[in-house]
Amino acid sequence: MEMTLPILILAIPITMFLILGIGGVYMSKKMAGVLGILGMGVTMCIAYYVALTYFFSGDPAFIDAQGLRLQVPVFDWLWLAFTNALQVKLGFLLDPISAMMLIVITTISFMVHLYSWGYMEGEKGFQRFYAFLSLFSFSMLGLVVATNIFQMYIFWELVGVSSYLLIGFYYKLPSAVSASKKAFIVTRFADLGFLIGILILSFYCKTFDFIPITNDPTSVLASTGGATFMGASVLTWALVLIFVGGMGKSAMMPLHIWLPDAMEGPTPVSALIHAATMVVAGVYLVARMFPLYLIEEASLLFVTCVGAITAFYAAVVACCQIDIKRVLAFSTISQIAFMMVALGVARPELHDGFGYMASMFHLFTHAMFKALLFLGAGALIHAVHSNDYTAMGGLRKYMPITHWTFLIGCLAIAGIWPFSGFFSKDEMLAAMFANHWFWGAWMTMVAGLTAFYMFRLYYLIFWWEENPHYKEHKPHDAPWQMSLPLIILAAVSCVAGFIPFGEFVTWNRMPYHIHIELPVAATSLTVAILAIALATVMYRKKNPIPSRLKAAMPGLWQAAHRRFYWDEIYMFITHKIIFNIICKSIAWFDRHVIDATMDGFAKITQKTSFAIRGMQSGSIQTYIVWYFLGAVLLAGITWICIF
Amino acid sequence: MFSNFLIWFVIVPVLMLIGLGLCRNSSMKAIRTVMVVGSTILLAMSLWLCVDFLAQRAAGAADEMLFTGSWMWYEPLNIHLAVGVDGISVLMLILSSVIVFAGTFASWKIDPLPKNFFLWFTLLSTGVFGFFISIDMFTMFMFYEVALIPMYLLIGVWGTGRKEYSAMKLTLMLMGGSAFLMLGLFGIYWHSSADPNSLTWNILEISNNAAIDPGWQNYLFCLTFVGFGVLGAMFPFHTWSPDGHACAPTAVSMLHAGVLMKLGGYGCFRIAIFLLPQAANELAWFFIILTGISIVYGAFSACVQTDLKYINAYSSVSHCGMVLFAILMLNTTAMTGAILQMLSHGLMTALFFALIGMIYGRTHTRDIRQMGGLMKIMPYLGVCYMIAGFASLGLPGLSGFVAEMTIFFGSFEHADTFHRVFVIAATCSIVITAVYILRVVGKLLLGPVQDEHHLKLTDATWFERVATITLIVCIAAIGCFPNWINETIQHSFTPIIEVINQAANSGAMASVM
Repeated sequence: MEMTLPILILAIPITMFLILGIGGVYMSKKMAGVLGILGMGVTMCIAYYVALTYFFSGDPAFIDAQGLRLQVPVFDWLWLAFTNALQVKLGFLLDPISAMMLIVITTISFMVHLYSWGYMEGEKGFQRFYAFLSLFSFSMLGLVVATNIFQMYIFWELVGVSSYLLIGFYYKLPSAVSASKKAFIVTRFADLGFLIGILILSFYCKTFDFIPITNDPTSVLASTGGATFMGASVLTWALVLIFVGGMGKSAMMPLHIWLPDAMEGPTPVSALIHAATMVVAGVYLVARMFPLYLIEEASLLFVTCVGAITAFYAAVVACCQIDIKRVLAFSTISQIAFMMVALGVARPELHDGFGYMASMFHLFTHAMFKALLFLGAGALIHAVHSNDYTAMGGLRKYMPITHWTFLIGCLAIAGIWPFSGFFSKDEMLAAMFANHWFWGAWMTMVAGLTAFYMFRLYYLIFWWEENPHYKEHKPHDAPWQMSLPLIILAAVSCVAGFIPFGEFVTWNRMPYHIHIELPVAATSLTVAILAIALATVMYRKKNPIPSRLKAAMPGLWQAAHRRFYWDEIYMFITHKIIFNIICKSIAWFDRHVIDATMDGFAKITQKTSFAIRGMQSGSIQTYIVWYFLGAVLLAGITWICIF
Repeated sequence: MFSNFLIWFVIVPVLMLIGLGLCRNSSMKAIRTVMVVGSTILLAMSLWLCVDFLAQRAAGAADEMLFTGSWMWYEPLNIHLAVGVDGISVLMLILSSVIVFAGTFASWKIDPLPKNFFLWFTLLSTGVFGFFISIDMFTMFMFYEVALIPMYLLIGVWGTGRKEYSAMKLTLMLMGGSAFLMLGLFGIYWHSSADPNSLTWNILEISNNAAIDPGWQNYLFCLTFVGFGVLGAMFPFHTWSPDGHACAPTAVSMLHAGVLMKLGGYGCFRIAIFLLPQAANELAWFFIILTGISIVYGAFSACVQTDLKYINAYSSVSHCGMVLFAILMLNTTAMTGAILQMLSHGLMTALFFALIGMIYGRTHTRDIRQMGGLMKIMPYLGVCYMIAGFASLGLPGLSGFVAEMTIFFGSFEHADTFHRVFVIAATCSIVITAVYILRVVGKLLLGPVQDEHHLKLTDATWFERVATITLIVCIAAIGCFPNWINETIQHSFTPIIEVINQAANSGAMASVM
């Protein structure tokens, strides 16, 4: 492949960022919007061209005679050489998962750019918003095409900062400021794990590049020489620590606390960053290093457990949230955890490791329908000016486009045939059952919960009881810039399930023929339909069942509503212990012990000189007395010395 | 003598001093002209030096130091004015001239006594430039003192708050450091050669002679490392830094944190490590503990401060601790990281102090609890402050990231538990740094406006923009294209690493025998 096009995929967004960021003040809103959308549109076309060429051209550079898809570093420039062996490069790696991610990111990003034109129209700082969106797109694209783990880390930090800037977009609101701070610090903490993981890994491999590491994992293992630390091999430690970085970005327990708060950002941002792209970076990271994880099954087990616990926790919490964006946020956490479990249970001996394929498939379909749901939520918020479902209800008559597209999104996430979520979820569940029945059963339950809380949300927004405020302020569908992305994404969510995904993306890059596993599909479909039926009974029309249920279990409801007090626990640790006890006592120690000692030297010097200055009295008589005393003393000493 | 290019780095500031002396007290225009012309010439000279240096290296000049020159100054003690630069000094000269340039613009409206201020300011920079070009320990020390003394007057006269106390404290503590240093340097001189008739102050000759016996090396290493370490704000000798910085006027804070603290790191590595390699190998562990504490301790202390300057002073303790920490790792990668960190810290702290000065000039407070929402009122300064903050917390694309990563990866080459523990403790600072930086950014720039009087304030003026943009461009240039710096300095480490390895081997031999 020519180098020009891939470079443009990265160059256009960063150029847009610089143009809009520096020159934005001097531009009209319209100009900035058009520039941003145009830039992203062109990037999307190029990315599609590159990805489609990679998948379909049949060029021997991309696929060999056996059907193995090759990993192609299109370019790889030296950026910084730590030592002669350990070099950081900035490059562009084209392989199945990065090509797929190119499509996902540019599509969603373009939809969000378009959507924001309508959504952000009245906002101050419109230009700044587009500049940050471009910065994010650049960073995310750079992350997925990374040729080495250090490049990934670089862009990993950059997406973190773009996310910080966008969450805090409404910077005059204290809640947005603290949410952005929280997001950055929590993910930074996770990145510390990532960094230490890279340090350990690169210490043994002497390289950052993915291709040698993932193609020859046994030699990586050999290079560690069987070193262990606290009972686990150093490679396991490295992989687990790297995964901790992924847990931070992908909001896995216990580092999930930033994502619900991140909903303070504008809704298009939530759709782009906190639903479809950045938060799946952790999944992508594990997928990228997958052959290495396979070598150390303990690390994969860790991934599976974290995913399984998180998926269940987030699904339960999602059932009790009032803010519709928070419901979607917890749903995102739960779905990403699903992908993690699917990756964690994948083994080459189980149907050619199709858990990996299923996970990537779900990443793809989830990005589409979750972005759709978030953008739909944005349209709702835009119409009723509130985030809570209590301000909604009965909206299906007023906002038909939003209603139908939202419904499609809900059906897709619930896993109803023939929507896209059905296919990817079925593959994932099949992979889990293949590994161990427990994972399958557990995650089927989570899938049921998913269907329940999504339809709870759907009914509470569009059915239930019409809100009386509509009489004064009649809600209506959003302008075309906002509706068009909804329709497109809904259409994609309807058909994406029929993509023969296994032909394109598998763990060993060989084609795999997907087939529906009927027993698994039937089980999950039944569970989903039952859950939807339950939600229909409870929430379709206004009735007392939900409040009675709440009254029956007030403690559980309250705990789930408060997200099982994770935020309070963190608050206690960070504010009470770290800030008040550690930081303050160190600062006190510095002023009152170290500095006081230094001042003490000065004081002692001063005191001493005060004490002895009386000897310099200026009176001749005293001096003469001292003179004679000194003379006698000297004479005495001399006398003793001589005799 | 005047044909040597390096000597002009001292002559130009002296000419500036003369020019300033000729200006009338009230003539702001003349004073500014002298300063701007002089600092621009210095900047151009340092850039040209870098280009010329790289060209000579490319042409195959393999000497350790280029542009060398040596002139007898005081025969009985064999003191020379000896100059020469390697890649590291070249970069330090660029850093100094950038900061002098930016500092000139940042103190555009200094009041009172502008002429006297700039006289002392220029004298200070003379000392700094002289220090970096010297390869004779005595002249190096002399220039070091020249840079130190004006600080007392600059803080005492033009400072704010408890300025007399802080000026006194800073000067006394640094002079205390100099006392150690002087002892150390004299000790090195007396042992510099096996032949008592050819004792020398010249760094290169001392290193070649390698005549200092290991027992003496240990004492001398402690003396010189502590002496320079005081200036590098090493725990527990860092307490001058918060008070001193907090009371110093803007340009002085910039120059002090930006360049003067680098004298400490540079000296540690040029004298303590290079001339006393055996002691460095033997005693590094002790100073790794101290500097490791500095890194974490400074960062934690910064978290609870409420005065902007105190926050940056403690953050400097943490970041400068990183410089000394990396130097003590005694390998090429970590030392490269140390130099990068010196550059990076110099630039971003200068930017921080410049911005704090500009904000303080408008709001008349540095207490973050009394400010808020300044981003809305002065967007330009707010954005600059954020960029400085991001550089400080290590955002890729800005200088801090490159420096810290090079240090971490270099330090991780040591496989023993002791080093591992301290390296991992040092990496924790990236999280703590993020905490205190975002705390300040959140309180100072974002959120609602705290004080209604602030609504009337204006954004940056043109001279303030010149100062900040110069620094930001440098920060971004290092962050985006770090490898040219690596290439510039790598060659300079070869002799140092060589002597350290030799020392390590001979030490091992001695212990076997």
